[in-house]
Amino acid sequence: MKKILAIALALAMVLSLGAIAFAAEEPIYVGFAQVGHESDWRTASTQSAQDVFSAENGYELSFVDADNDSAVQLDAIRNFIQQGMDYIIVDPIVETGWDAVLTECEDAGIPVIVIDRTITDSDKFDAWVGSDFMVEGLACGEWLKAYAEAKGIEEINALVIEGSTGAGATIGRTDGFKEIADREGWTILDSQCGDFTEAGGQEVMESYCQSYAGQFNVVICQNDNEAAGAMTAMDQAGITYGVGGDVILVSFDANRWALQNVLDGKWNADFECNPMAAPTVDEIIKAMEAGEDYEAEVYVPESWFVAEDDVTSIEVNGEEQEVVVLTQEIVDARPY
Amino acid sequence: MDKLKKLTKMKLFLPVFCMFLVLCVNMIYDASTGKPFYSFFQVGITNGLLSGRLVNILNRGSEVAILAIGMTLVVSASAGTDISVGSVMALCAAVCCRLLAGAAAPKATELAVPLIVGVLAAIGMGCICGAFNGGLVAYLGIQPMVATLILWTAARAIGLLVCDNLIVYVRNDTFGMIGGFVGFFPTPIIIAAVCILVVSIVLKKSAMGMYVQSVGINKSASRIAGLNSKRMIFICYLLCGVCAAIAGVVAASRITSADSNNIGLNLELDAILAVAIGGNSLGGGKFNLAGSIIGAYTIQAITTTMYNMGVSSAVAPVFKAVVVIIIVAIQAPPVKAFFRKRSAKRASLKSGKEAAAA
Repeated sequence: MKKILAIALALAMVLSLGAIAFAAEEPIYVGFAQVGHESDWRTASTQSAQDVFSAENGYELSFVDADNDSAVQLDAIRNFIQQGMDYIIVDPIVETGWDAVLTECEDAGIPVIVIDRTITDSDKFDAWVGSDFMVEGLACGEWLKAYAEAKGIEEINALVIEGSTGAGATIGRTDGFKEIADREGWTILDSQCGDFTEAGGQEVMESYCQSYAGQFNVVICQNDNEAAGAMTAMDQAGITYGVGGDVILVSFDANRWALQNVLDGKWNADFECNPMAAPTVDEIIKAMEAGEDYEAEVYVPESWFVAEDDVTSIEVNGEEQEVVVLTQEIVDARPY
Repeated sequence: MDKLKKLTKMKLFLPVFCMFLVLCVNMIYDASTGKPFYSFFQVGITNGLLSGRLVNILNRGSEVAILAIGMTLVVSASAGTDISVGSVMALCAAVCCRLLAGAAAPKATELAVPLIVGVLAAIGMGCICGAFNGGLVAYLGIQPMVATLILWTAARAIGLLVCDNLIVYVRNDTFGMIGGFVGFFPTPIIIAAVCILVVSIVLKKSAMGMYVQSVGINKSASRIAGLNSKRMIFICYLLCGVCAAIAGVVAASRITSADSNNIGLNLELDAILAVAIGGNSLGGGKFNLAGSIIGAYTIQAITTTMYNMGVSSAVAPVFKAVVVIIIVAIQAPPVKAFFRKRSAKRASLKSGKEAAAA
């Protein structure tokens, strides 16, 4: 008797919960399994999702920070399935090992949208939104070519400070820049790993300054932190860089503080890696809700920021793209 | 010949020999690429600052050298390793930068409190962490690996909390000096040298070195002999925490910011490796501080060699691993025994021949 009573009570509770949910206007339930909070970039990505998938916009967001632990992330997704989310967004910490959990999502009929990083061993997700790192690298090369022409620089001897070995951003940016370098016959003197950190960039640059003293005129850093480290190392070695300096310093990511460096003429250019994937995801979800067609692979729009106005547009992959000459307003308006 | 034999029998011979081997590789490489063979060893003044590969090794190796001091004591006294030092570095750096930045965090250019306050706070934090580890190991008898595992996971996270999950920048020249230059000389080298000197003088001049070793060799026997074994182990962990704090402040000052996610990442492994390369047994007991320090700089020498040779970043870890295997294998007891036997055989053969000739 007690058991039956308990079951009846439980049923009543579940039903009333359902009733409450039905009583209000049904929001779209979205579960987001984020990588972690390791950088300003990541924080901006999280913030963007929380702003877009707000109650005012008709969403109910369940956010899980996996703190760079892929087991936690998989658990989070299984929880989302149990909670009966309408959509699941995931920024996969690792590229592989996704087939099982994505099959579970498919069986439950929940569309999965992957953002930023990629999944390579399964195609059971519905859309991907992120950056085209290859294009970032190509844009960097094309801009450098145009800039060198405008400044009358004939020979390019470049040093590259790579990001973490094996990361998608590292591979894309390295390959993209190398493609242009090979085409134009530039010399890439060396390319070493700086682990996307300031300390790494500093140590690699310190070594470069000794190995290639007086031989290089371009330094490509694959993120802003590395470029900050490279600045310190070049200061110590007495090498001038940036606008009017001996060395052209270029970076990727475009954080606000980094853009300030570009505006101040310490760096020559910064190529954006846009963390704001959420607005694009929002569009895809709206299209799915309406039953319309949507693009399964979307690149977020990205801008190229420079210090001087010698080059105002470049041609990347046969496509004309604008180059943004920085002003204080642009830097101040930067959300992260 | 006898002199050579005496040299090879010295305790520090193998660690020094290994370091020499690593440096030799650079000499051969430089000569083969057409540079003068001594170019790796050139030290000069560029832009008014001391520079050169050797300076880089001494400079960049400072953190691991400082950590190696504490790690050697911990290994000797407790026959276990303190795997929390990397995370404790991050936490101490975070505390230091957070205080120095004050209200202007996460991006400050002025020091909110005097530099010494920030540094002392970091060292205080290091003491707390060291005392926590030491308490667990010495008084609760928890295995060192398990006890320090707690702070290995927690300290970095606490550091992130202290900094609100952000990198706290203190772009200030006074603070930058700790990891930069005093006049023309790299400060981290001086800091590491002072730490090494102070600890080795204390170990030599007081009975502490002997006490630590005796506790490491036999805890119960030392206690019966009248030593407070538990307190000795506790003190070693405390010192290890202080070393981690100093290393953390140096690392933060190099980049004039507290990057809690990356400062000291995996550095506990380098510190343990330094102790091992220095010819110390990880089983505790007798230790050789100078060996550990040489080990620490050998690790940095390998890294600098990779940069010098331009080994691509994808395969660099493999090269590093091969070098480490060779270094550790040379010092392994069976290998040592093999060489000893061979030289003994040769000696007996020689004396036999001499006897026959006579």
